[in-house]
Amino acid sequence: MSPDRYQSLANSAFGGAVTKRLGLPKPPLLERHEPGKPLVSAPVALGAARGGRLEEPVREVLRGLDAHVETDVGSVDGRGELAALLFDASGIDDSVRLRSLYEFFHPLIRALRPSGRVLVLAAPPEDSAGVRGATAQRAIEGFVRTVAKEIGRNGSTAQLVQVTSGAEGAMESTLRFLLSARSAYVDGQVIRIESGHLATPADWDRPLEGRTAAVTGAARGIGEAIAETLADQGAEVLCIDVPTAGEGLSEVANRIGGTSLTLDITGSGAPAALADHIRGRHGRIDVFVHNAGITRDKTLARMSPEAWDAVLDVNLSSQERLNDALLGDGLLGEGGRIISVSSVSGIAGNRGQANYATSKAGIIGMVNALAPVLRERRATANAVAPGFIETAMTAAMPVTAREAGRRTSSLVQGGLPVDVAETIAWLASPASGGVNGNVVRVCGQALIGA
Amino acid sequence: MSPPDRRPVAILGGNRIPFARRDREYAGASNQDMLTAALDGLVSRFGLQGERVGEVAAGGVLKRSRDFNLTRECVLGSALSPDTPAYEVQQACGTGLETTIHVANKIALGQIESGIAGGVDTTSDAPIELNEDLRRLLLDLNRTRSTTGRLGLVRRLRPGQVVPALPRNEEPRTGLSMGEHQAISTKRWGIGRAEQDEIAVESHRRLAAAYERGFFDDLITPFLGLERDGNLRPDASIEKLAKLNPVFGDGAGATMTAGNSTPLTDGAAVVLLSSEEWAAEHSLPVLAHLVDAETGAVDFVHGDDGLLEAPLFAVPRLLDRNALGLQDFDFYELHEAFASQVLMTMKAWEDPAFCSERLGRDEPFGSIDRGKLNVTGSSLAAGHPFGATGGRIVGTLAKLLTERGSGRGLISICAAGGMGVAAILEREA
Repeated sequence: MSPDRYQSLANSAFGGAVTKRLGLPKPPLLERHEPGKPLVSAPVALGAARGGRLEEPVREVLRGLDAHVETDVGSVDGRGELAALLFDASGIDDSVRLRSLYEFFHPLIRALRPSGRVLVLAAPPEDSAGVRGATAQRAIEGFVRTVAKEIGRNGSTAQLVQVTSGAEGAMESTLRFLLSARSAYVDGQVIRIESGHLATPADWDRPLEGRTAAVTGAARGIGEAIAETLADQGAEVLCIDVPTAGEGLSEVANRIGGTSLTLDITGSGAPAALADHIRGRHGRIDVFVHNAGITRDKTLARMSPEAWDAVLDVNLSSQERLNDALLGDGLLGEGGRIISVSSVSGIAGNRGQANYATSKAGIIGMVNALAPVLRERRATANAVAPGFIETAMTAAMPVTAREAGRRTSSLVQGGLPVDVAETIAWLASPASGGVNGNVVRVCGQALIGA
Repeated sequence: MSPPDRRPVAILGGNRIPFARRDREYAGASNQDMLTAALDGLVSRFGLQGERVGEVAAGGVLKRSRDFNLTRECVLGSALSPDTPAYEVQQACGTGLETTIHVANKIALGQIESGIAGGVDTTSDAPIELNEDLRRLLLDLNRTRSTTGRLGLVRRLRPGQVVPALPRNEEPRTGLSMGEHQAISTKRWGIGRAEQDEIAVESHRRLAAAYERGFFDDLITPFLGLERDGNLRPDASIEKLAKLNPVFGDGAGATMTAGNSTPLTDGAAVVLLSSEEWAAEHSLPVLAHLVDAETGAVDFVHGDDGLLEAPLFAVPRLLDRNALGLQDFDFYELHEAFASQVLMTMKAWEDPAFCSERLGRDEPFGSIDRGKLNVTGSSLAAGHPFGATGGRIVGTLAKLLTERGSGRGLISICAAGGMGVAAILEREA
């Protein structure tokens, strides 16, 4: 059963009638990835502002997906006919030309079916020629974020993908992810794609085949889902957690055919022990997911120094030490991926979480600073920032806080651990070499920190 | 006769569940539950899901008759390939080490490339048998065909026959418990109370310290909420132990208490062994090699030797065969069935009379440096689920040798029935 009982109620025949009459929101049922289902299961519409450079590469990707691109958009008049609306806005070089967004989306937006996708492809504002170009490109962000808020009640999402010049060929893994049900809870995001070191997977369902991934905090919750998803997509997964979580860790590793390593990542010997283990058992690591994290919530005045130290050490400092060991010993090779789990609290701050928010904001700084270093090694560093995710931790929250967390997003519900995991798997893909230094929220476009 | 060609036998690692005191955390767990958990923990550490291992050998002492194929059942319930064969060995407290020797020998002979050895025991989920009178009557009833004959048998039913037969920790041939046997040896060897308590305190102190420094992080997988051995008392002290009344032996000479004897415990432990080639193919570092082993027994029923004195003879034979002296070791793992058993063993090997008369040596066998003895604690602190102790010690010693970088370790385990099992582990520089 869904952890969100209200969602189940509002989507039932009787409950739906009652909640509608009371004027309560109806959290949509989000489509999620199911093996064997086509990535795009209905026609899509593709438009472009004159002078753009992304329409053709996008069309090429859609062709590879066997997606039916509706050519006669004038014939689209019904509701729920289209799976996705894609628009190349890279040619917009002046604010007066922003109208092309209105002209494309206005007649089609109602034709988007539930769990549909809006993708606007554009250029990074700072790369645009002149003040007017940069102004226009920056304006697109407000448009996309608003579209996301308007279509969220249908379970649909909207994202802005900014592609630097020369990176037109680096979009495929990102387009596939954002168009698919795998990105169900990613909403209202701005994703930057640069040219990077890419490898096209032989099988897009298993892009991590032949790659070794490590996940900290893998015994339960989000870490467990990350380990499962990476294994599903072909990776050999090293599941890491503290010794006291060994029982659950062992079950996860056995279920996904990975291996377990019980290690307190904050221990002084942990970086060396991890490096030794990776060197001896795997030779190298392709993907390292820093997921382990703790909370010790108290307002600043009441917070003990131990609570501060523990949270900063587990959530941030230990990651820095492990990265040093991985990078210093050359264990993260070419095509490597460091992916760190931040939090919406790290972006927006959160009452009672001075220690936690500091650590999670630090992660954003860390991946931003690591990105150019890893680019040199043809590798990447990125972060995901989950919002309200349904876990054992949120299940234990007081009802009011939990309901507030769930309903204050465009999708009117909490996400699932698998939503975070899918986002990480996309960043981990060998085809995602153009995604570097990004912080992608998995929050259903939560209001906080927006 | 020259020794046959033997391949080196690699020890790749161990895994056990924390040991629980009887009727505590594992009260509802069966031997099968515990051994499967220990196996699955090992499988996850070494990525052996779906792997066909050469064989799994493990056993338990206190077993229910329905667990006739216990180890095989555990394999079938584990993440290992169901194509992995398995069998049981029961050699009392020697079980876990004896299975290690069996698996190692098959690897040495090239019959298998990899194997898992170990053992399990529960004193909580103990086998309870029917009253012996009732059992015979029911069997007779089954054999009798005529109704009148059956009615005749039913008249033999007596209320007293509902009292079941409980398993007893006693030697069938003497009627004495293991503790009572060891009390005789303790007295004969003149082992004092204070030195026994000292061994016990040291065991707790060292086991606790090993936990604190994370030594067991890759040797133990928590089970049913228990994260460390339930018997461990980090705050054990001579003063506290001195207050306990003796439980074995009688009169003023009684020195053995619940503090310096191992308690009844539940648990399971396994180790992974393989050939060099198999280890390399699986990218698994070799922790140590099993060099040689010796199992012995003494006539404790009619002879002069005590029930737990077999290692006194087995170890010298083992070392002589390998041209090693007692000083040639960096670690000594003498299973602490009772503190007095360890002390008695060391005393015997230092005793010129015993070494001359019983071992036929001109010089005493030698002394053991206490700094190298049971350095991460032993059974007095960890507990001693009979079948599991061998696996616990092999895994621990292999890791100690890995930490040291190179060296040699000796294992000695005394067992019921007047038996003892010993082995040498080595790690080359």
